[in-house]
Amino acid sequence: MRRVYFDHSATTPVHPAVAEEMYRYVNKTFGNPSSVHFFGREARKAVEEAREKVARAIGARPEEVIFTSGGTESDLMAIKGVAYANRSKGNHIITSAIEHHAVLENCHALEKEGFTVTVLPVDADGMVSPDSVAAAINDKTILITIMHANNEVGTVQPIQEIGRLAREKGILFHTDAVQSFGKIPVNVDELMVDFISISGHKIYAPKGIGALYIRKGVRWLPISLGGGQERKRRPGTENVPGIAALGKAAEIALDNMADEAARLTLLRDRIIKEVMENYSNIRLNGHPTRRLPNHINFSFEFIEGEALLLSLDLQGVAASSGSACTSGSLEPSHVLLAMGLPPEIAHGSLRITLGKDNTEEDVSYFLEVLPAIIERLRAMSPLYHKVSDDCETCAKTWCR
Amino acid sequence: MYTEKVMDHFTNPRNVGEITEPSGVGEVGNPTCGDIMKIFLKVEDNIIKDIKFKTFGCGAAIATSSMVTEMAKGKTLDEALQISNKAVAEMLDGLPPQKMHCSNLAADALKKAIEDYQSKQTV
Repeated sequence: MRRVYFDHSATTPVHPAVAEEMYRYVNKTFGNPSSVHFFGREARKAVEEAREKVARAIGARPEEVIFTSGGTESDLMAIKGVAYANRSKGNHIITSAIEHHAVLENCHALEKEGFTVTVLPVDADGMVSPDSVAAAINDKTILITIMHANNEVGTVQPIQEIGRLAREKGILFHTDAVQSFGKIPVNVDELMVDFISISGHKIYAPKGIGALYIRKGVRWLPISLGGGQERKRRPGTENVPGIAALGKAAEIALDNMADEAARLTLLRDRIIKEVMENYSNIRLNGHPTRRLPNHINFSFEFIEGEALLLSLDLQGVAASSGSACTSGSLEPSHVLLAMGLPPEIAHGSLRITLGKDNTEEDVSYFLEVLPAIIERLRAMSPLYHKVSDDCETCAKTWCR
Repeated sequence: MYTEKVMDHFTNPRNVGEITEPSGVGEVGNPTCGDIMKIFLKVEDNIIKDIKFKTFGCGAAIATSSMVTEMAKGKTLDEALQISNKAVAEMLDGLPPQKMHCSNLAADALKKAIEDYQSKQTV
């Protein structure tokens, strides 16, 4: 059976050149970067070269980049590190309703420690308004944390505008760029950010490696304590193979970004166009234009997302959904609900995220298998019947 | 995640559809929680002669709906009322723990359909 991987926002395959780089540090160059001898020096060199590559990719200085275990740890370090370091200045944090749980949960954890958190709403396209950020700022605000691109719907936030606001007010600004890094330009000075979270496995590096950008001179405290690694900002013996892999992956992403974004945008827009034209009761979730080049999120009304994913999987197509059944809770996606989608429509969302190995043929295959799946599940759905029968008089949301 | 039996009933669900002029109809769930099951009955001489379902929901919701129709078909109403959600799950060789409550409501829909039929008889 043909296998089509359309779930690159979940994770990506490791790029062969990245795997090769990584293998070198798993296999031959095994030293501890803190060691004085040859083996250690070789490993140190790998770590610092990777740091330069990551720094170059975001327009930062190498000493402003530290390596972490991934996006979640980077979010934790940025948020709690700023909160604890600036307690004397204030206790207010601003974030948005569509953040990744790694951001939201850490903000909520701080509420139990005496911090107050403003969770900003988003519009129907999943966009945070800079005006709402401005309105939320008070004299106790110490941190704004708003993601660059949303993982579920792909909407790209007005980070630069928010960054400008934050800078004018002297408030530290963190952005989770896990989904945008490597796909669209992420530059620390253009975006006017002080902290950026980065994850390796979203950009063809392995799982378990990430980075945090910390602008030089900002008030921040490390969360974990121990040895002197990463200038005491993230102690623990460095994950040298992972770090080397992230450096390589960042380098490749930067080199190919413009071409790859253009190529994926064509594939993305072909799927969007054909699906929107060929089905009724369907919506594209997320911003129509300000979205990641590889990202699509549809809601197929009258269908539940997990049933859709299972059906696609049986045809070899791997995607994901914001339905409750796939989120591990009884609630559908907090992102889709925050965008104002009724729950029954949020349950029927389908996320397609494209990547480097996807081709026109993959898109054609997906578009070929989709109609029978949608037809079958809708034919089974009691909601679909309701619409066709008495849509004129029915006031239910799914009839609109 | 799902057993072979669940996947079989999800891929080839039995008795999908509606019955025109049903003897009884039962519906459970709501679109907010992501599951709606609707069961249609044709009852003759106290026996379920025909049964159909329509379901909006995940793989487990569709499979349990399909299974309950298979279990109930040809049974007397009293026998059919004995079918529990747990028994449906067992016939499918089990469901993932998180699905036991949210998506395992098919027997409740069947019960409602039978009650609907019975309420019409006493009028």
